[in-house]
Amino acid sequence: MQKIGVFVCHCGTNIAATVDVEQVAQALGKEPGVVMAVHYQYMCSQSGQDMIKDAIKEKGLTGVVICSCSPRMHEATFRKAAASVGMNPFMVEIANIREQCSWIHKDRQEATQKAIALGRAAIAKVHLNAPLTAGETPVAKKALVIGGGIAGIQAALDIAEAGFEVDIVEKEPTIGGKMTQLDKTFPTLDCAACILTPKMVECAQNDKIHILSYSEVTKVKGFVGNFDVTIRRKARYVNEDKCTGCGLCTQKCPQKKIPNAFNLNMDMRRAIYIPFAQAVPKVATIDPDHCKMLTSGKCGLCATVCTAGAIDYKQKDKFIEQKYGAIVVATGFNPIKADAFNELGYNQSKDVVTSLEYERLMNAAGPTDGTLLRPSDGKHPKTIVFVQCVGSRDTTCRGKEYCSKICCMYTAKHAMLTREKYPDTDVYVFYIDVRTPGKGFDEFYRRAVEQYGVHYIKGQVGKVSPLSDGTLEVQASDLLMDEQLKIKADMVVLAVAMEADKTARPLATMLTASMDTNDFFTEAHPKLRPVESPTAGIFLAGACQGPKDIPDTVAQAGAAASKVIGLLVKNNLKGNPCVAHCNENMCNGCSSCEHVCAYGAITYVAKEFKMPDRTIAIRRVAQVNPAVCQGCGACTVTCPSGAMDLQGFSNREIMAEVDAICL
Amino acid sequence: MDDPKKMKAQIEDISHVDVRKCMRCGKCSATCPNYDDMEYHPHQFVCMVEKGEIRKLMDSNSIYTCLSCFACIERCPRQVEPAKLIEATRLMVERERGANHLKPDMIVQKLDDQLPQQALASAFRKYTK
Repeated sequence: MQKIGVFVCHCGTNIAATVDVEQVAQALGKEPGVVMAVHYQYMCSQSGQDMIKDAIKEKGLTGVVICSCSPRMHEATFRKAAASVGMNPFMVEIANIREQCSWIHKDRQEATQKAIALGRAAIAKVHLNAPLTAGETPVAKKALVIGGGIAGIQAALDIAEAGFEVDIVEKEPTIGGKMTQLDKTFPTLDCAACILTPKMVECAQNDKIHILSYSEVTKVKGFVGNFDVTIRRKARYVNEDKCTGCGLCTQKCPQKKIPNAFNLNMDMRRAIYIPFAQAVPKVATIDPDHCKMLTSGKCGLCATVCTAGAIDYKQKDKFIEQKYGAIVVATGFNPIKADAFNELGYNQSKDVVTSLEYERLMNAAGPTDGTLLRPSDGKHPKTIVFVQCVGSRDTTCRGKEYCSKICCMYTAKHAMLTREKYPDTDVYVFYIDVRTPGKGFDEFYRRAVEQYGVHYIKGQVGKVSPLSDGTLEVQASDLLMDEQLKIKADMVVLAVAMEADKTARPLATMLTASMDTNDFFTEAHPKLRPVESPTAGIFLAGACQGPKDIPDTVAQAGAAASKVIGLLVKNNLKGNPCVAHCNENMCNGCSSCEHVCAYGAITYVAKEFKMPDRTIAIRRVAQVNPAVCQGCGACTVTCPSGAMDLQGFSNREIMAEVDAICL
Repeated sequence: MDDPKKMKAQIEDISHVDVRKCMRCGKCSATCPNYDDMEYHPHQFVCMVEKGEIRKLMDSNSIYTCLSCFACIERCPRQVEPAKLIEATRLMVERERGANHLKPDMIVQKLDDQLPQQALASAFRKYTK
């Protein structure tokens, strides 16, 4: 018989206001095997934990039941406390009488009865609990960063700084991400390239960092400390080691009418290209869809002009396998397509552009060499209208229901830079709310209004119609003046919403990392563990977790890196002992468990068994790799013969809990 | 006596519009093709219903100047559907006015070449349940 101690927590008024904690302690004290039952204001506090420790020592408890908040919150705290005085931590059970009871009930009597029932279930389980010991697994001392934008770059640099090897996998030919396409950055108006390209170069020169650009992750197996990752290195048709980045091929290629994605298709590039002058790695890439040599076998000019002999039309995609201890996800974002917003005329006029396109139009390395020109006729625009919240805070199927966070600031930046460079322009910003909750952000927006004379008008734009004279009629409401405006504009700039990169969803599936409905990665705890995924060993940086500006992204990337370093410095990781276990005498070798195991933890082996008639039979039985098993329990419910059981959550333990509640 | 709470509940009941979804962007009014002829504009309908100022809306000519083009419904990013509130306000006025169906002997005076027959049929049907 166990000697069980029951500790009921008030959680301030969180529990005690709805649950009669004294009554709970009294009722549970009468349960078989319970030698003491007390209640206390904050069980998780130091004195609360000391109370548990003292009781274990003085009363010689063999099991502990804590009626408190969710085990997600404090299970580790209480198990640690118990372990510190010599009790096996897996002899501690938690009855969640906060989330599952006090928070969802109003009636005190009902809530109290339920809390008692939950406590009884936990006691019934402790009776059957067995001490468990966690196994240890070694840690591969290398990190993988998926995504080479500013988030990935910063995380990689910080991890490398601590002395660990890092691989950056980037799907584009160069690292740098969206930030490379920006002109200036708010709120200090630094030139984006001036602060980003040195970091890109630092990545390339750091011998701990390996940039795998033009590559993607195709398969992830394993678990924290031991991820086996398969990376597809897409064929560049250029030998990365030989190419010097001289750019001669990109000048000679006869295929020159290919929309340049880097400049958002506002100008043309060749079939062999280097995305931009400061690309890292600075090597050429052949676009296989447009290269004449690759599509029809008739050209080969780049190979003739290349003095380094780097062109290789026969190159094939390569798959490489690497082992990593931790993975940082930094897949970033994309602006949503403006095509669905018919009323704003994006598809009808070239002079209606998105903010990222405007960014290129202002950029010295952009399609207009930094002079702001109307895309339709190359003339200098006089009146420019900015429309905020295009698709943000939008619950229709066209938009995203969340606030995209950065648009207020970059629109203020665009408006300010436009007025500074071209004081003869009239600049209007139509806003719903101006949201500037960052350091120096509101001052920045006020400068746009007060110093640069940008007209901020509260009200969403209803319609943009192209007129026959080449201008755009912007119909909008001024909600504060209560009037409808019709502005003749030369250009309209749409601050479109931000969405997670489309590669995020399949990647999350590979990593078994969870996502929200908007395809942003979810953090383990929104406040206390903001840079970790709930899946151990997977860390998050940047806009893959939600809309974020550069300062926030860099801060989060640094935080993710520090978590990675904290993991990689360990030589061994303690595993979770709550893993599946096969009772070989009962296993009939049906393979059902092997099929449902999402982690590939189950294999089958042929084993000799002594039969009752003293003969020897060879039977096929399941074997669980405890290092790979995540304890999800899918195999235990699938097993037709009941041979699979989850340690710490055995069928007997679960049934005892059910019985305690129902009988 | 007007009870703003009751009237508001009635409007919400008829229109099935949840005015609390509005984020005050004004895109409905920005879109309205008959803005200048409306005393109260679509976004004001939403705000005024929320505040329970239904009587003001019922007394306003706006309920007849609305073209029922549904542009405000189409463009609203939050699916608030202001035109449904305007229609509901019209209905409130109609219901308050009570039975006003057409009598056969009134038809002769109303007949003209432009009048569609459906108009007569629907006028007969109104409030005859």
